[in-house]
Amino acid sequence: MIGAQQVVDLALAEASRLGRADETTVLVSDRVEATLRWANNTMTTNGESTSRTTTVISIMRQGDKARVGTVRSSSADPAVIADLVAASQLAAAVAPQARDTAPPLPGGAAPADWDAPTPGTGAEVFLGVAGELARGFGGLSGGGGLSGGGGLSGIGATLFGYARHVVETTFVATSGGLRRRWTQPTGSVEINAKHDGASAWVGTSTPDFVSVPMDSMLDQLGTRLSWSRRIVELPAGRYETIMPPSTVADMMIYLAWTMGGRGAQEGRTALAAPGGGTRVGEKLTSLPLTLYSDPGASGLECAPFVSTSSSSEQTSVFDNGMTIDRVDWIREGVINALAYPRAAAAEFDTPVAAGADNLLMTGGSKSLQDMIAGTERGLLLTTLWYIREVDPSVLLLTGLTRDGVYLVEDGEVTAAVNNFRFNESPLDLVRRATQAGVSEFTLPREWGDWATRAQMPSLRIPDFHMSSVSQAQ
Amino acid sequence: MTGSRRIDADFLALPRQELADAALSAAAQAGASYADLRIHAIATEMLQLRDGALEAAVTDHEIGLAVRVIVDGTWGFASHSQLDTAVAADTARRAVKVARTLAALNAERIELAPEPVYRDASWVSQYRIDPFDVAAPDKVAVLEDYSGRLLAADGVDHVSASLNTAKEQTFYADTFGSSITQQRVRVLPKLEAVTVDAAAGTFETMSTLAPPTGRGWEAVEGDEVWDWAGELAQLPSLLAEKSKAPSVIAGPTDLVIDPSNLWLTIHESIGHATEYDRAIGYEAAYAGTSFATPDKLGSMQYGSPVMNVTADRTLEYGLATVGFDDEGVRAQSWDLVRDGVFVGYQLDRVFAPRLGVSRSNGCSYADSAHHVPIQRMANVSLQPGPEDVSTDDLIGRVADGIYIVGDKSWSIDMQRYNFQFTGQRFFRIRDGKLDGQVRDVAYQATTTDFWGALDAVGGQSTWRLGGAFNCGKAQPGQVAAVSHGCPSALFRGITVLNTREEGGR
Repeated sequence: MIGAQQVVDLALAEASRLGRADETTVLVSDRVEATLRWANNTMTTNGESTSRTTTVISIMRQGDKARVGTVRSSSADPAVIADLVAASQLAAAVAPQARDTAPPLPGGAAPADWDAPTPGTGAEVFLGVAGELARGFGGLSGGGGLSGGGGLSGIGATLFGYARHVVETTFVATSGGLRRRWTQPTGSVEINAKHDGASAWVGTSTPDFVSVPMDSMLDQLGTRLSWSRRIVELPAGRYETIMPPSTVADMMIYLAWTMGGRGAQEGRTALAAPGGGTRVGEKLTSLPLTLYSDPGASGLECAPFVSTSSSSEQTSVFDNGMTIDRVDWIREGVINALAYPRAAAAEFDTPVAAGADNLLMTGGSKSLQDMIAGTERGLLLTTLWYIREVDPSVLLLTGLTRDGVYLVEDGEVTAAVNNFRFNESPLDLVRRATQAGVSEFTLPREWGDWATRAQMPSLRIPDFHMSSVSQAQ
Repeated sequence: MTGSRRIDADFLALPRQELADAALSAAAQAGASYADLRIHAIATEMLQLRDGALEAAVTDHEIGLAVRVIVDGTWGFASHSQLDTAVAADTARRAVKVARTLAALNAERIELAPEPVYRDASWVSQYRIDPFDVAAPDKVAVLEDYSGRLLAADGVDHVSASLNTAKEQTFYADTFGSSITQQRVRVLPKLEAVTVDAAAGTFETMSTLAPPTGRGWEAVEGDEVWDWAGELAQLPSLLAEKSKAPSVIAGPTDLVIDPSNLWLTIHESIGHATEYDRAIGYEAAYAGTSFATPDKLGSMQYGSPVMNVTADRTLEYGLATVGFDDEGVRAQSWDLVRDGVFVGYQLDRVFAPRLGVSRSNGCSYADSAHHVPIQRMANVSLQPGPEDVSTDDLIGRVADGIYIVGDKSWSIDMQRYNFQFTGQRFFRIRDGKLDGQVRDVAYQATTTDFWGALDAVGGQSTWRLGGAFNCGKAQPGQVAAVSHGCPSALFRGITVLNTREEGGR
């Protein structure tokens, strides 16, 4: 394949030669993905994929109006570049006016690494993890356990799970001279251990697979399976519940996806306020909870600029290349910002706010262990699953608890409990939380396909609504 | 093999056989006992309008090649976006290397069920107008028109409109000698009307019921396939009625469920539950397993005796209808539930011998060149009853209940027991007749309880095909389109929730 930078140059040169567009934006994304999946103590699927996506966005202006044509291709054949540009210009020429028109962003010097080759990855990145797993597949039921000391050794658990590593380099270039580049490594390891009707899960995100803490992950699985030696059946109802960071992440990610400014302004999301306007300024909680995205967040670094092939409530193709700053969506318990591309920000006279590809929440200091120790009687969750919107007007979500609901009595985990279906709104969870733990890196279970970069506290909810019992193990 | 449609010339012009020869011979030379090559092209177009104005329009063309190999009984997979014989050979060698690198993790020797060899086979789905032959502005104009009709009505404050279209082309060749070229098209049109109560800070929505379908542009542009005129004319008054409707009283309730809602319940509680890979744990850490385990095959009472469910890859206009799967297995039709008893699974060429049957029923698919084929869902459909029972007849058998129309929210647990669904609209049934809408309805049940409460199914005249573009499964995540046909059906004593109460209001 020719280099992504060459694709950019060829596309911009062709756009200039054809000359029908006032501006052209080219996005090229080079992606290498390695995956490894296992079930029942054996590998099931694996693979390495190399792909490129090229997007050409042509903009034709008439005064302060503009029309846009967007065409994307994953063909690696350089011959298609000219076709893409022509198709994009044609699409713009016949398109209706865009509603998110914004002025072109200024150009600037290309970043120093613009011409550097794009990094890749491969199945060999898993060798460390695979070594631990192979021993686990063969040796869990006898000696030679995975983790030396306690952990899973001797339990005889069956392992299921997935490891993936994606390295994606994105180039954004405009005919106005804007050049931005970002390499995003994304990786995760998830392990599900099943034994004697009990199921436990651990997961971690890792950008580089350099130091995946397999030992402590397997230890945790062993501990959690041991909690399942006593099973207590509990009915549906409202329970004091400790939501660990992964479950908080899954609920807050959904909230963040809903925090588009336009929809709230139009009265058609849960962020619309009675009497018109939005809920920005509403105090949700007296806990000092701050929910934010920040491309520079340590350990969760992500692209510090906009790169999108389609406009939506939260983003605009006109903003491609625009710097993404930290945004506090909730600050010290108060709804603080909604997402506005430049055009919507101008229309509603609010600040521009673009979300980065990570999500963090801070505001507590207790460890999860301390929160358990401070619980007289309550539930401790592991992960949430199959989260879907039931009532968008209040952001009521339904879903299931998964791979471990535990009963806490007098400050200790004393048993495992059946799974539940819940009906809860992330806004209401923030409103009702009585305690927040320390913010920790976590892997969201439900949304982990799209969102692996999260840092969340545990939350104590005094009356989490378990709507019904699920028989699922 | 079907109709007058032909596979597009540009796909046929690709050096398919040369790429196959390069990949399959390189794989064999590198030590693979089996290899297949798939060239997979997917064109998609996404159009989104908000209040009649274009919000997003993106056309995407994805193409690449994938090589899957078996080396010493272990799978290996690799893909690349460049269609070049040298790259194809190199990708095959990479797939072999992946298999060898990870072989230590494999405890189950891979064996494939036999299947006849199909040389130079081809298949094209049944559509009349290729949506990619229609200019984008013409498509936008139809969505503008439909949006405008809704926006012009009293009480409609906002309208979202979208059209997703796809054309999928594959070339498959394997070392057994099969070589198969296929093309299919699908469309998903949707409009949603919103009414806002600004003073209260709340809103209500209602969506069109037009299903996604394996047809072409003819399903969108006029009233030939779907009665757009009628639906768009009725939607505003139905929405206005819903926004003023009383909140439902929770409790066990007799339900008549329209096919526009029931298809999704079938998808979640039968379609996924009868996937063999889930039943034996392949999805245990992600999509989940199934309560319908192999030891229950042939004996478990899945539902009442009027429940008959078929899996079908040959259904006209079905989104999962195809000539051959991504392992070269010809499309088939078979029973999953007969007279209420669980009798069948969905399988691929690896799972058939594991289950002890001689042939795959052709459920192996990948959603892109960059993903390995996995077991995916056929069109899973509930069969109508033998008598001509209408929806009104079913409603007539209910003294106090609810008639549910249109799908909306869905969620089911990881063993396919506990589910919860909402809908677009809910009509109170009193003494066998509809008596206005209620709102805030969800129904919740355990799969076998629910299907056990199936009292009656409608006749053929009530049978409709619904479906989805976005069925998700596997890691890395794959999406598939699938259709589900069903008649209207009557269920007794299903738990109905009031979603306002569920939210603590």
